Amino acid sequence: MEKAINNRAWFFVLPVLVFVLFSSLVPLMTVINYSVQDTMGQNNFFFNGIAWFQNLLDPTTDIGGRFAAALVRNLLFSFVVLLIELPLGVGAALCIPRHGWKVGATLVLIALPLLIPYNVVGTIWQIFARADIGLLGYVLTHLGIAYNDTQDPTSAWATILVMDVWHWTGMVALLAYAGLKSIPDAFYQAARIDGAGRWSVFRNIELPKLQKVLVIAVLLRFMGSFMIYTEPSIVTGGGPGESTSFLSLDLVKIALGQVDLGNGAAMSLVYNLITLTICWVFFTVMTQLDRRKDV
Amino acid sequence: MATITLDGIGHAYPSRDPGEARRYALKPVHHVWRQGRAYALLGPSGCGKTTLLNIISGLVTPSDGRLLFDGQDMTHVSTERRNIAQVFQFPVIYDTMTVRENLLFPLRNRGVAKAAAGARVQEIATLLDLVPVLDRRARGLTADAKQKISLGRGLVRSDVSAVLFDEPLTVIDPALKWELRSKLKAVHEALDMLMIYVTHDQVEAMTFADEVVVMNDGRVLQIGTPTELFERPAHAFVGYFIGSPGMNFLPAVLQGDSARVADAVFPLGMRYATRSGTIRLGFRPDYATVTTGGEGVPVAVRRIEDLGRRRLARVALGGHELVATLPPGTTLDGATARLHVTPQHLHVYVDDERIDGDTSGGAA
Repeated sequence: MEKAINNRAWFFVLPVLVFVLFSSLVPLMTVINYSVQDTMGQNNFFFNGIAWFQNLLDPTTDIGGRFAAALVRNLLFSFVVLLIELPLGVGAALCIPRHGWKVGATLVLIALPLLIPYNVVGTIWQIFARADIGLLGYVLTHLGIAYNDTQDPTSAWATILVMDVWHWTGMVALLAYAGLKSIPDAFYQAARIDGAGRWSVFRNIELPKLQKVLVIAVLLRFMGSFMIYTEPSIVTGGGPGESTSFLSLDLVKIALGQVDLGNGAAMSLVYNLITLTICWVFFTVMTQLDRRKDV
Repeated sequence: MATITLDGIGHAYPSRDPGEARRYALKPVHHVWRQGRAYALLGPSGCGKTTLLNIISGLVTPSDGRLLFDGQDMTHVSTERRNIAQVFQFPVIYDTMTVRENLLFPLRNRGVAKAAAGARVQEIATLLDLVPVLDRRARGLTADAKQKISLGRGLVRSDVSAVLFDEPLTVIDPALKWELRSKLKAVHEALDMLMIYVTHDQVEAMTFADEVVVMNDGRVLQIGTPTELFERPAHAFVGYFIGSPGMNFLPAVLQGDSARVADAVFPLGMRYATRSGTIRLGFRPDYATVTTGGEGVPVAVRRIEDLGRRRLARVALGGHELVATLPPGTTLDGATARLHVTPQHLHVYVDDERIDGDTSGGAA
């Protein structure tokens, strides 16, 4: 069937286009500008082509090596975060009571960390981890464990991981709980009649029904951990050395600390594209692969 | 395969107030479900029919009475060990599995040998016309196919004591309902199993079951064949609930072998002793005819409803409205007509319970 072509439709899309233009395209344009220009100072800029990008994506250069290291560090961090928070969140959701006053109490307790502002979370953990006055640092040190998040990279990593798990597992648990609550009782009853065990119920009913919320949880937690900034910047400031300098921490150091606008702008754009691409691939793979099996 | 006995089974949910009388979701009932028969539990929503079904499958433990499978007390045995199959209102399938895996699932959980299980699945799939989709994923199928899978999962276990259906056709397209219902009937004939079918749809109940149990407000009102329920409703609710439109009820005064409604007298053909309580005369619109002349009691015509297949007349008798059949070819002229009901189709209800007259006393 031939579709009617009506150019008036463009007219109706216009308000949205204008809005998007001002909310994202115009600010983005400044970054794009800086990414293709260089300056000798005195606010004189000249066109620099794709040199910043070439440098950035070549790991043998100074900036390229720094970027690659931060990227690998960040990917590893996100991977470990997903690996811990998803099973833990689903496990917690399975333990939340389904009826009675305990539901509300448990949900509030689980949601508490989510309500704390990011920099406060950072401050809490910065103090908590201190060996002299922080409960965690003090106890660990006195138990004879070599723990020092300002000098030992392993300690710093562990602190930030545990902090992120503490901060965000609740969100995965809440999402999973909502998913579990939406499974009709008949499924559990049918499973009992079919003689299925607890693991089998989880594997064959709960997990498949949770699939959609888990896709959302993976996306949210990936983006959150891949763009993490505030908490580590307060707890470790990216250190010791560069050991916890994730992409956004490094970006802030280059763009604002060193006022290296060209490198900073190029890095922003590449960072943005990587996030978008990974999310798109995640989403497509997780939704399409499963759908294909239906046919 | 088994015969299931309800020995005073009843269920009251715990009350918060200890002084309060217990409110039964299901009032104690005695009944025997015989092996190989098909039963329907019929009643409006909230009448306790699903509670009764869940007691049999073990999802609810009754507060009163004992449940016997072939004479063995199963009241407190868990669902898994009861050998019951249940088909729910909404199709329950395992999303990630193929149809074959779905059907194999109950057998695998019970450790049935692979070859035997495979053969049984093939047999049941053939019976339910599921063979062409056996290796498809269950999730992508239509609602009726999914419901057939749910049913199939119940049927694959050859040792199953009873198959329970909890309004299984709710989500099925009207056009496919007939097909699925006749499939159920065919399965029942082929497998010789005890089947109990819960529904609020009288047509479903009547076409599926050998015997229908009519329930209302937690009480079993009548158990009988479809004909019995239609011809001799034991309780006013049965008369009203079964048949479309339901039975007419008129407040009456018993006068030996006749009943007086307003100014009209209906001969009953039987002698009834005088009873205390609310007495009503009941008869089905199907057995009541209105004509312009002849014998019968005079009634005021309110409205004629043409249903195509038959015509109904809404008439009034002393201020009480009732429905009767207009015989083919009859036309009513004027505002009055004559209502005629044969005595054998007139029933007397005292406080909603049907009572029998004394035939030996006979018509005087």
